[in-house]
Amino acid sequence: MDYELTNLQTLEAESIHIIREVAAEFERPCLLFSGGKDSVVMMHLALKAFAPCKLPFPVMHVDTGHNFDEVIEFRDRTVSTFDLRMIVASVQDSIDQGRVAEEQGPRASRNRLQTTTLLDAIESNEFDAVFGGARRDEEKARAKERVYSFRDDFGQWDPKNQRPELWSLYNGRHRKGEHIRVFPISNWTELDIWQYIAECNIDLPSIYYAHKRQVVERDGMLLGLHPALQLLDGEEPFEALVRYRTVGDATGTGAVESDAATPEAVILEVAATRITERGATRADDRISEAGMEDRKREGYF
Amino acid sequence: MELLRLATAGSVDDGKSTLIGRLLYDSKSIFEDQLEAVERVSEQRGDEYTNLALLTDGLRAEREQGITIDVAYRYFATPKRKFIIADTPGHIQYTRNMVTGASTADLAIVLVDARHGILEQSRRHAFIASLLRIPHLVLAINKMDLVDYDQDTYDRIKDEFRAWASRLDITDISFIPMSALKGDNVVHRSENMPWYEGSSLLHHIEEVYIASDRNLKDPRFPVQYVLRPMSDAHHDYRGYAGTMAGGVFKPGDEVMVLPSGFTSTIRSIDFGGRAITEAFAPMSVAITLNDEIDISRGDMLCRPHNQPTIGQDVDAMICWMTEAATLHVGAKYAIKHTTRTARALVKDVHYRLDINSLHRDEGPAAIGLNEIGRVSLRTTVPLFFDDYRRNRDTGSFILIDETTNTTVGAGMIVGATQ
Repeated sequence: MDYELTNLQTLEAESIHIIREVAAEFERPCLLFSGGKDSVVMMHLALKAFAPCKLPFPVMHVDTGHNFDEVIEFRDRTVSTFDLRMIVASVQDSIDQGRVAEEQGPRASRNRLQTTTLLDAIESNEFDAVFGGARRDEEKARAKERVYSFRDDFGQWDPKNQRPELWSLYNGRHRKGEHIRVFPISNWTELDIWQYIAECNIDLPSIYYAHKRQVVERDGMLLGLHPALQLLDGEEPFEALVRYRTVGDATGTGAVESDAATPEAVILEVAATRITERGATRADDRISEAGMEDRKREGYF
Repeated sequence: MELLRLATAGSVDDGKSTLIGRLLYDSKSIFEDQLEAVERVSEQRGDEYTNLALLTDGLRAEREQGITIDVAYRYFATPKRKFIIADTPGHIQYTRNMVTGASTADLAIVLVDARHGILEQSRRHAFIASLLRIPHLVLAINKMDLVDYDQDTYDRIKDEFRAWASRLDITDISFIPMSALKGDNVVHRSENMPWYEGSSLLHHIEEVYIASDRNLKDPRFPVQYVLRPMSDAHHDYRGYAGTMAGGVFKPGDEVMVLPSGFTSTIRSIDFGGRAITEAFAPMSVAITLNDEIDISRGDMLCRPHNQPTIGQDVDAMICWMTEAATLHVGAKYAIKHTTRTARALVKDVHYRLDINSLHRDEGPAAIGLNEIGRVSLRTTVPLFFDDYRRNRDTGSFILIDETTNTTVGAGMIVGATQ
């Protein structure tokens, strides 16, 4: 016995440690669950952390209303399989209540509106710790964020004033009204996530694998037809063999052409790709050089 | 495939960002859209060359000022290992951020500009690496192209550093002459320095042996959380969840519970609901025992004949991390050590260490931001600790200011107060 752990075993142990630490030290944690692969892996790590107990906290879906049917079907199936408690925070409700105004025009997105819905749900449920599936390799502002990310009364992140974070000693102290965003899979890369999915045989929404879909090409991305997507002049839908690398709002998340139909095939594709997943597929990240930092300051995921 | 955590220290001027950029680029870990974004911004700013620092300096304030303020984490992998780089700032005013990045590192790379030799900053970085017990240190003597790949320059810097570092506690130091800009000895052996017989940086970090750096001798299991399923299927299950902080545990092993002192034997070690045959650091598992003993978070499982020190009086080296207040005798803080949280009173401030000269300033009034000193603490409850030199997990703690809730101090235990 050589007492060595693989990369995935080390990451898994670190994530489980973080998740248990939160369950032990916070009163009301909650785990953000979008049905995207990162939140699915995070949820599986949480299940492992507490087995044979059930998850000691609820999961929450911030629902933009612009969903992929396959993802909602997957979400509901997962909730029932693992006997989870689920809270749905709806962007449509925030719009109906006048908390946010819908963007107008064919390029309108509900991406930014989610922040208000999320913060309102954190406040009304009195959550003091919110698990997010963000990874540091995704984006340069995320590369700077701590595992325990302190948020003030307004849910804001202050990147210039982060708490030092040493060893595996996490400081979750906060006052009432403040909360901590916790990122247990900070150190995982896209490839790690896929290798783990393959190794543990983790079920994902079917749109992560190659399928035929009616799409239009916009800004170098392939957008799937969706009731909420308004076509621009000259956009002609066509059928393509695609898969999604990320799952977000259906109007702003692009598909990539791919014939990868299994986790193993996706791993080969990810290992060879030369474009980041967010760069390839997310309209919301193309806003500006500091798009993510600005949104995170406001309280975004 | 193993995971290796690296910390890099140095300023932009030393070529640190260029080095990281090259490691990422040559290992195909920089993506086209990231490179295009950097090229675009470099051009807008009027930089003469593509500024790879923009890849890691992700915050608006860092881009504006052209400096690294906080740790950035970068990831790359070769067929042999996966690497996490904690890219830490070099400036003295961000020492606390360097300490953050260095605390979990297996290996530190300290960059030196071959034209300037060992500077105050290089000494500070090496000292912090030794203080935090990073097991492996690489002194990367960079910009060799600007000194005509001169062996004498390299030897002089190496000798000077060795002489100084002999006063530090570093077990493994390697010296690599390189040019990050030209690619000499970064990924491939350089043809410009035939006199250098060592390996390239990438080869070195792929091969350096890290498995023996962990403590496999002293079993320590701080209890994090108690698993009680409250379901018919697992009616009597009581699992103690936690992360191994040293040693090896197997089913059947006799264990002692601290602070109660009760003993029992391990019934099972479970992971994700399945029994496994052993646990060692840093595995996160659940342990069940053959006897019903009252155990809760903050307790520790160890071996009856191999126990940590148990006590309320602790001597430690402290790195102070806030400008809002100084560390002085009589101050009180919350202390977080393994899974225990208590309060601590500063009983004594013995000395402050001048990082550059390693001179001890005896009996200072206080320790301020980014300063390091030796103190004695008294805690409200006993801690179960080991010397930080022996075990980084059971030898480290943080101090938290109870009014602001921020982390103000990083502590490395030297031993019980005599």
